[in-house]
Amino acid sequence: MIDPQKIVFGLDSFGDIPTDDANKLMTQAQAIRQVVTEAKVADELGIDVIALGEHHRSEYAISSPETVLAGIATQTKQITLASGVTVLSSDDPVRVYERFATLDALSNGRAEVVLGRGSFTESFPLFGYDLSDYDLLFEEKINLFSRLLEEGTITWSGKTRAALDGIEVFPKTEKGHLATRVAVGGSPESVVRAARYGFPITLAIIGGSPKRFTSYVKLYQKAAQKFGTQTAPIAFHSHGVIADSDEEAMTLAWEHIRKSMVRIGNERGWVPMSRTQFEQEVKQGSIYAGSPETVAQKLAAAIRQLGAGRFELAYGAGELAATKRLRTIELYATKVIPRVREILAEE
Amino acid sequence: MAETLGILGAGKLGTVLGQLAVAAGYNVLIAGSGSKEKIELTVETLVPQAVPTTAAVACQQADTIILALPLGKYLTLSPSALAGKTVIDAMNYWWEVDGPRPDLTDPHRSSSELVAAFLKKSHVVKAFNHIGYHDLFDEPRPHGQAGRKAVAIAGDEQKYVEKAAELVERFGFDPVYAGPLAAGIRMEPGSAVFGANVAADELKKLLADFEKTKRGKEVFLARKKAERN
Ligand SMILES: NC(=O)c1ccc[n+]([C@@H]2O[C@H](COP(=O)([O-])OP(=O)(O)OC[C@H]3O[C@@H](n4cnc5c(N)ncnc54)[C@H](OP(=O)(O)O)[C@@H]3O)[C@@H](O)[C@H]2O)c1
Repeated sequence: MIDPQKIVFGLDSFGDIPTDDANKLMTQAQAIRQVVTEAKVADELGIDVIALGEHHRSEYAISSPETVLAGIATQTKQITLASGVTVLSSDDPVRVYERFATLDALSNGRAEVVLGRGSFTESFPLFGYDLSDYDLLFEEKINLFSRLLEEGTITWSGKTRAALDGIEVFPKTEKGHLATRVAVGGSPESVVRAARYGFPITLAIIGGSPKRFTSYVKLYQKAAQKFGTQTAPIAFHSHGVIADSDEEAMTLAWEHIRKSMVRIGNERGWVPMSRTQFEQEVKQGSIYAGSPETVAQKLAAAIRQLGAGRFELAYGAGELAATKRLRTIELYATKVIPRVREILAEE
Repeated sequence: MAETLGILGAGKLGTVLGQLAVAAGYNVLIAGSGSKEKIELTVETLVPQAVPTTAAVACQQADTIILALPLGKYLTLSPSALAGKTVIDAMNYWWEVDGPRPDLTDPHRSSSELVAAFLKKSHVVKAFNHIGYHDLFDEPRPHGQAGRKAVAIAGDEQKYVEKAAELVERFGFDPVYAGPLAAGIRMEPGSAVFGANVAADELKKLLADFEKTKRGKEVFLARKKAERN
């Protein structure tokens, strides 16, 4: 197991729209500024990572994570500035590199790109891509992106973008390499692909027991061995809300996490999560809702089970009030994280 | 000798069904869309006792085949290779993967009827489509145990419905008969059953409630209109 002191803890947001003190929904612009405020608090409290996801939907304010991260960069000192995820298939790898290398410069080397296919595909029609090219787009673009990370002269050709013939891309990073991970949602093929490129992985565990993913961790390690690439401890991401009492956290999670899941499920023809299912998710599954002690116990167990080196809490699902989001962040930083380290060190 | 089961699709659902099948004592063959090499590592790691192979070989060696590939790709299946087989259709229309496909959401026909019309010489039964792969992983229980969850089955031929029911039973779930293949529409996305991870009684209720759902009303109206024309 990894040294409990070295485990990395982060926060994830998609820029959900919170309510303000008057219980009114914020504007999208306010929601973006709220994330910057939260990131500043997280930085001051010693949280290691803030990861912002790209979406193009009314309920999420963040469509350009790196722009928000750039704002955060100039107001924070130590926190890693990550995307979560950058939908590479419908983006241009050269531009992704350029934007994140710029963020890396602004933040003195704190940028991290998290590549993924995303759990939504609304960026495809928006940017003029065909969903039937889903596999090809990701495969080619991740290939090109891995070449760009070498920061040398690049010659590349493919079907999904113009060829590059002996081109250099700027700015170069000071470390010579932009930190990059791949997020995977449960498709074994994605795990193998990430290992092939030697990218660390983040598992999106949004439902069910984390146990299911232990065999994915094995798959990742075996694949890396086969390809002769390096592995890093895996990261995972799950939803949660932390409050002073279990009851309050449960109420908030039911009202907001469940609601946002139900809304997404509706679009896909999925039946709404029942109270029993919800309670099961909190107890044995992958919603981290409770008092600091409850969440710490659950989290420590999951980290141990997966041998994870990093956890990211998606902290503000749905229309959770801004004050409750801040409270979650404070409790996470000051109570949950130290307690998780303590529990893991005990065994 | 243990019965041989083929699974087409080595993704999220295919690998979990593979694990359940191995645990139930079947010889399991798993295939993706391409070569054996492409899925070898995945199968070896996630379903150690199963054999990675190609779709052609799986169809040749197994009498029962589970379809665990994207529905949008059903036309890439080989009707001749699947002729005479019991085919368990676990596929759903998922627009994130399949893109806009009005043919797959036609209110006049269940998607399994489309699949059956394409696989003319196969015995198609619909099962395992409505329950999430993580629930399939987390929830199998021995027969009779309290809290056992149920899986709905739709099919036209009793003999093959029974075969599917046996599979469901041995995988650790209670089989619930939903009706003929046409009733498969009651288990599709938009129905009250889709995503359901519930016990048999509750599942029966949800199947019966189809007409009350938005999708149920849509289907009812479309069919009524077609009748009139
Ligand atoms: N995920 C769930 O919880 C769940 C639950 C119930 C039902 N389902 C249904 O199960 C199906 C698969 O879903 P999934 O989530 O497992 O998707 P997935 O992870 O993307 O896996 C799909 C698999 O199908 C393979 N495939 C594609 N065309 C094929 C062909 N002609 N022959 C054999 N294999 C082929 C793919 O291989 P390549 O990579 O080589 O193309 C891939 O291994 C879908 O229809 C879905 O609606 C899913």
